This record gives sequence, structure tokens and C-alpha cells, in this order.
Amino acid sequence: MNRETGVQSDGDRIYEPDYVPGHASGDRPMPENRDEVPDSPLPLVALDDPHLMPAAKNVKHTERWIAFLIVLASLGFAGYGAVYWQGGQPQLEGLTLGIGLLSIGAALAAWGKYLLPRGPFVEERHDMRSSDTEREQMAAAVIDRGKLVMRRRGFLGKMLAGAAGILGVVIAFPVIRSLGPLPKLALDKTNWRKGSYLVTIHGRKIKEDDLEVGGIITVFPPGYEGNAMDQTVLLRASTSPFTTKAGRETWTPKGYVAYSKVCTHAGCPVGLYQEQTQQLLCPCHQSVFDVLDGAQPVFGPAPRPLPQLPLMIDSEGYLRAQQPYDQPVGPGFWERS
Amino acid sequence: MNSTERALGWLDDRLGVGKGRSLLDKIFPDHWSFLLGEIALYSFVVLVLTGVFLSLYFVPSTKEIIYHGAYAPLRGKLVSEAYASTLKLSFSVRGGMVIRQMHHWAADVFVGAIAIHMMRIFFTGGFRKPRELNWMVGITLLMLAIVNGFLGYSLPYDLVSGTGLRIAYSIILSIPLVGSYLAFFLFGGAFPGNGIIEPRMFILHVLVVPIIIAALIGAHLFMLVRQKHAQFPGKGRTEHNVVGSPLYPTFMAKTLGLFFIVTGVLWMLGGLVQINPIWQYGPYQPYKVTYAVQPDWYMGWLDGAMRIMPSWEFTGFGHTIPLEVLLPAVLFPGLTFTLFYVWPFVEAKVTGDRAVHNILDFPRYRPKRTALGAAGVAFYFTLFSASATDVLANFFQVSLNTVLWSFRFLAIAVPVLVGLVTYRICKELAAMPVTDEPKRSVILSRTEAGEYVMEEAGMRPGDAPDDLDPIAVPARIGASVEDASTGGAGLPTR
Repeated sequence: MNRETGVQSDGDRIYEPDYVPGHASGDRPMPENRDEVPDSPLPLVALDDPHLMPAAKNVKHTERWIAFLIVLASLGFAGYGAVYWQGGQPQLEGLTLGIGLLSIGAALAAWGKYLLPRGPFVEERHDMRSSDTEREQMAAAVIDRGKLVMRRRGFLGKMLAGAAGILGVVIAFPVIRSLGPLPKLALDKTNWRKGSYLVTIHGRKIKEDDLEVGGIITVFPPGYEGNAMDQTVLLRASTSPFTTKAGRETWTPKGYVAYSKVCTHAGCPVGLYQEQTQQLLCPCHQSVFDVLDGAQPVFGPAPRPLPQLPLMIDSEGYLRAQQPYDQPVGPGFWERS
Repeated sequence: MNSTERALGWLDDRLGVGKGRSLLDKIFPDHWSFLLGEIALYSFVVLVLTGVFLSLYFVPSTKEIIYHGAYAPLRGKLVSEAYASTLKLSFSVRGGMVIRQMHHWAADVFVGAIAIHMMRIFFTGGFRKPRELNWMVGITLLMLAIVNGFLGYSLPYDLVSGTGLRIAYSIILSIPLVGSYLAFFLFGGAFPGNGIIEPRMFILHVLVVPIIIAALIGAHLFMLVRQKHAQFPGKGRTEHNVVGSPLYPTFMAKTLGLFFIVTGVLWMLGGLVQINPIWQYGPYQPYKVTYAVQPDWYMGWLDGAMRIMPSWEFTGFGHTIPLEVLLPAVLFPGLTFTLFYVWPFVEAKVTGDRAVHNILDFPRYRPKRTALGAAGVAFYFTLFSASATDVLANFFQVSLNTVLWSFRFLAIAVPVLVGLVTYRICKELAAMPVTDEPKRSVILSRTEAGEYVMEEAGMRPGDAPDDLDPIAVPARIGASVEDASTGGAGLPTR
């Protein structure tokens, strides 16, 4: 490019210089009106100043260590490449590249700590606080100009605030309300119906002889296998009906008893059953429920018994629900009455 | 003019970089405890890098597919796409296992480094004026780190993390008035919802929260640079200066070294120490559960609080307030973080100390604060331990009941005891005579005559020479002062 004309040698016009050509070059003198920083004397320090001495006692020794670390790092990196090339293996990958990264890190840190000037060096702090005049000016600018905006336009300001308020309300609809459905009665009801068969996760109906005493299985209403709300534990506590709570005398045909599997504390599946003590245990927070006593919580943070599903055995010998659950299953929530 | 000067000149013409020289002289005080925040920062860098790698393979979907991958025991099982893709990037992508485990380790280290960094600030009074704002930014970062850790932990949709998600849903559900609405909006229906939670957690985990974290780290560092780092008391150090190593080159070399050390440790952990083996837990099914369901360590205090909480539920007026969940899992963490946020102002109010502090406290000279802080740490640590009640009961062969009641008692007793003992120790330490001399190790040797001789060991490498007064960072360095003054630009060769 030709400095004199500002025209590139191939003839393409890039720009037309509108100032003195000589000043386009890099070594031009400073313009007169430029804020000139007075040449403050820079701190001069001789190389043999004690502050510039390395912190290491034995520099040669330290240098040898750092050299060793860098070699080790290179070996580690190369080793990682080789391991990867051979198809990779997590432990070897971890070891090789890990050694490489650690060594290079140690070498750099040692270089900084032992070979560079030991100092100490100091720097002045500047107060965060501005001068009184600056503070006054700032406050005045904000307040006075703010007043200027609102002067005799108070009503407009209120209208603006009102509009912003409306926006604030309506914007909540797309960003919050659109996210999901309203709860309505979804938390109060399960898919258990009067007469629902008890089926396994694979959809197989349970028959009266399927469980031994002490047996346990997770059941669902047909068509809802695996459903988080409907999951129910079916236990066989004895061979004959027993009473878990007054008024539930007919709910346990042939010693079968069914409870909601959703813990009333935080909703984990109550998955552990101890036959000797006839207790169900939730492994999340250790709530323990008494199977023979209507799943009354006997230990832990669960506040309520697990709801019991009334059972019956139909003429073909299949286990079915007499009624749906008589209350919402799972943990508590505000609308639960 | 050499090429460096030309490059600097080119940049200066356009950006005025020459005016920024003082940035190179910026002093960083040296103390091991000042590295804690850096460890957190570099863990975050590792999280971003490894996270980008993982996102190239991970499929955020709970849609169930039949698994046909490399892990034989699960072949033919119904698993979510999220779970299957996590297995794939672990077993079938070369280097994937190490990077996935490194990502998980880095998250645990990230939160841990933040927590210990915060303790350092607390115990040395680093939150006092003028650093209250930065303290609050730090608390926000801790909160976001925990939230994002939980989101990332939940993404693979394995049996343990799915159960954790189920608990999170129940916690949201417990909030009075709006709980069920919030839970339904987030999950797209009653748990487990319509599957929308997975992509939602994904975008929060990989974009929204990390961007906020990155922005807040930027603000954190901006304030650090603007206010300059606080320092411990020492020779030549005042409220109006800062003594240490200059940014360029000393601090740069050291901190770059630390970056590689952190990365190396995390990489090694990723390769050598198994973490979160989700193939052993199995895919999440809402009706399945496993023994010893524990979250990552930084959620332990909440899990522990939920375990030792009594079963108080309020019912009445046609409504239910599940205090047994609301209190330990919503109000308690809310109160915790509120207390963290307002602590600098509470302390200033109590002590009446509203002065600017750039010199840090030694914890022993602030026995009340130190005792309170130690009691707090002990309290959260006890809660954390309480999240292992079932494991402890099994391990020590005692009843769960005993362990639970022990922890209810310990959660009150341990903090009180730790606080009192700390207060006592601080008082004792503060009463000890102080000299300006730094502590030196002594060498004890025995002469041939059997006499024992004690002599002070010499200065160790890295010890700041106590005979020197601190000087400003030299802009020019010459073979001698005269040589430097003649304006020789570069370093003379040795």
C-alpha cells in the first residue's frame, strides 16, 4: 500500500486520506492537543535487586525439578495418546493424562513460586469512596434529571406505571401458566375404580393363590401398569382375613392387604417389607409403616398412614378392588382436606 | 522495534492498551487460602468444557426405548433415551467415561470449593465493608451451583436420581397455596408428568443456570479487581495498600499452574475413582426404589434435615400444610440462605463497626464470630451426616430408631459444644504472646556427648524475605539502575 496516497498498489481505492499524508505513518509526532500524560518516572530496578531474586534457595536444583516435571508431562500426554490409540481404557486414560496435567501444572506453579522475583511488591489502594463533590454531583444529576422527567407529568408517570403493571401481570401467563396443566382433581384421584382387577407390571391379573404368606408384589389397575400414582403394594399377611382398622373388616380377603405404595412423606415408593415385624419401610427417609395396623406410621417423618385399598376376591378367584382409595395418595399438599 | 512492541503498538492505536499497563502490576497477595476461590473457578471451567463434550451425545428425553448398547446386563430392558444415551457416552464413546466422571467430580469439587472459600471469607471477616456485595454475589453462586448440580445429577434418569426428582416434586408440592400449581407447571402434570421435565432440566442445566453463573463470576471478579484483594496483616501491609505478587508474570504463572493441577486432579478422579455408576442402579421406574438412596454430598444437609424432622403435619380449615416437608426442605434452606445474605449487615449492626476493612481478621481475635461460624459448620455437617441414618444403622448394627434420635440430639448438642470449645480455643490462642517474627521450624539434634541442641531452621523456599520492605512493581528492569535509566527496553541477557 502506498502511504502517500492511501491507495493500494493493485489500484483498489481503499480510502482517501483527508489529513496530512506524513501523519499517516507510524512514527508521526503526537498531536498537540492530545491529553498528554506527564512522563512520570517509572520505578527502575536493577536486576540484582534483592526483590528480583528468585525465591528458590538453589536455583539450579529447582530448574532440574521443573525440567523433570515437563518431561514427565510430555510422557503423560504421549501416554494418553497411546492409550487412546489402543482403544481407550478409563483407568489408564485417567492416569496418563492426569499425570501429564498435574506435572505441567506443578511445573508452572513452581516456576512462578520459586524462579520468579520473590518480592514483596506493593500497590496502593484507592478509596472506593468518591470525593464529596463527586458524590453531590452524581446525586444531583440523578435526582434533578429525574425530576425533570416527571415535572408536571405525574399523571403520565402513573399511567406508565399502570401499563407496566398490566404487562407484568399478563406476561406471567405465557411464562408460567402455559408451562403445565392445572392440578384440578388429579392429586385427589387415582385410576383405581370399583371392581378394578389387580394386575402386575406386566398386566397379569392376580389370583387368590398367587402369593404365599409373607409375599409382596406391586400391583396396578389394568391399563395403568407402572403408573406413579396408582402403584400399590399387595401383601399376604396371613391365610385368613384380619382387621387393620375398625370398619375395614372385609378389606383383607384371605389375608391379602393392599396399601398405596406412594410414601405419605415425600412420595418415594415404600419398597421394603419386613415380614417378621410386618412393617413396610421407605428407603428415602426411613418412614416405617405397620402393616397390621392400617399402615400407621410408627417411625420416621411420614405423617399419615398409607391409604388402604379395599380388596375382594371375585367368583373366578381374581383379586379386585372393592372401592377406589377413600383419600388422596402420597405426600401432603395444600388442597388436601 | 521488535515484534511484541509492534503488536502492542497496533493494539494501542486501536484500543489504547498502553493505558492498561497498571493491570499487569496488579498485586495479588499470597496465601494458600486465597486459592480456594480459584479452585472453584477452574472447576467451573472444567465443568463447561466437559459439559460441552457430554452435550454432544446426551439425549434429554424420557421416551422409553429398548436398550441394545454395550452394557450387556441391561440389554433388552426398557430404558429412557436419557439413560441409554448416558450409557452410550460412557461405554461406547472413547474417552467418554473419563469425561463424564470428571464432569461429576468437578461438580462436587465446585460446590465444595465454593463452600470452603465461603468459610474462609466468613472466618477472616472478608465480607465486611466494602465487600458485602461480593459476599452476596458469592452466596448466589453457591445457591446456583447447588441447584445446577442437582439438575445435572437428575438428567441421566437413573433409579437413584429419579427418586431424587420424585422427592423434589413432593417438596414443591408442600408449599402452601401454590405448591400443587407450581409442581404441575414444572412437571407438566402429576409426577412424573408428561416427560417435559427432562428437556426443561436440560436447558436449565446447560444454558440458563450456567450463563447466570458465568455472569455472576464475571461480576465477582470485576469487584475483586476494582476493590483489590484483601490481605492478612503483616510487615508493610496497611489498609491502604496490598502486598504480594504482580499479575504478570508471577501470579499468572502460579494460577495457570493451579488451573492445570485442578484439571489434572479432576481428570485423574474421572479416570480412577468411579462416581455415580448409573448402570448399577438401573433405569428409573416410578414404582421401583433402591436401598441407600443418597443425593450428591451438597444436598446431604437437606436430606438429613428431612430425615430427622418429626412427622408434624398441620390439617385444618379444609387444608393441609405438610410441615414435615415444608419446614426442613423449603423454609430451612430459605432461612439458611437469607441468614447468609444478611450476615454482613447483621454483624455491622451488632458490632457497630462500619469502617472499611482491607486487612483480614485472624479468626482467633474474633472469638464470637469464629465460635458462631464453627457452630454453624458443625450444625450443617451433623445434618449432612444424618442423611446416612440407614447406612450408619446397618454399619454399626444399631436400630434405626437409636440412630435417628441420636441425630436429633446431636443436631443441637454438637453445634453448641463446637461453638463453646472454639470460643475457648480462640481466647487461649489470642492470649498467647505475639511476635512479628514469622514462625520457623526448629531442628533438634543430639551431639555425640548426648546433649540435645535446638537451632532454628533457615528460610524455606517460598518464604517471603522478612528483611525486605515491599517495593512497587518495577516497570523497567536493567542490569543496574544506571542501565535501566538509560531506557533500555528489553531485559539484558545474562
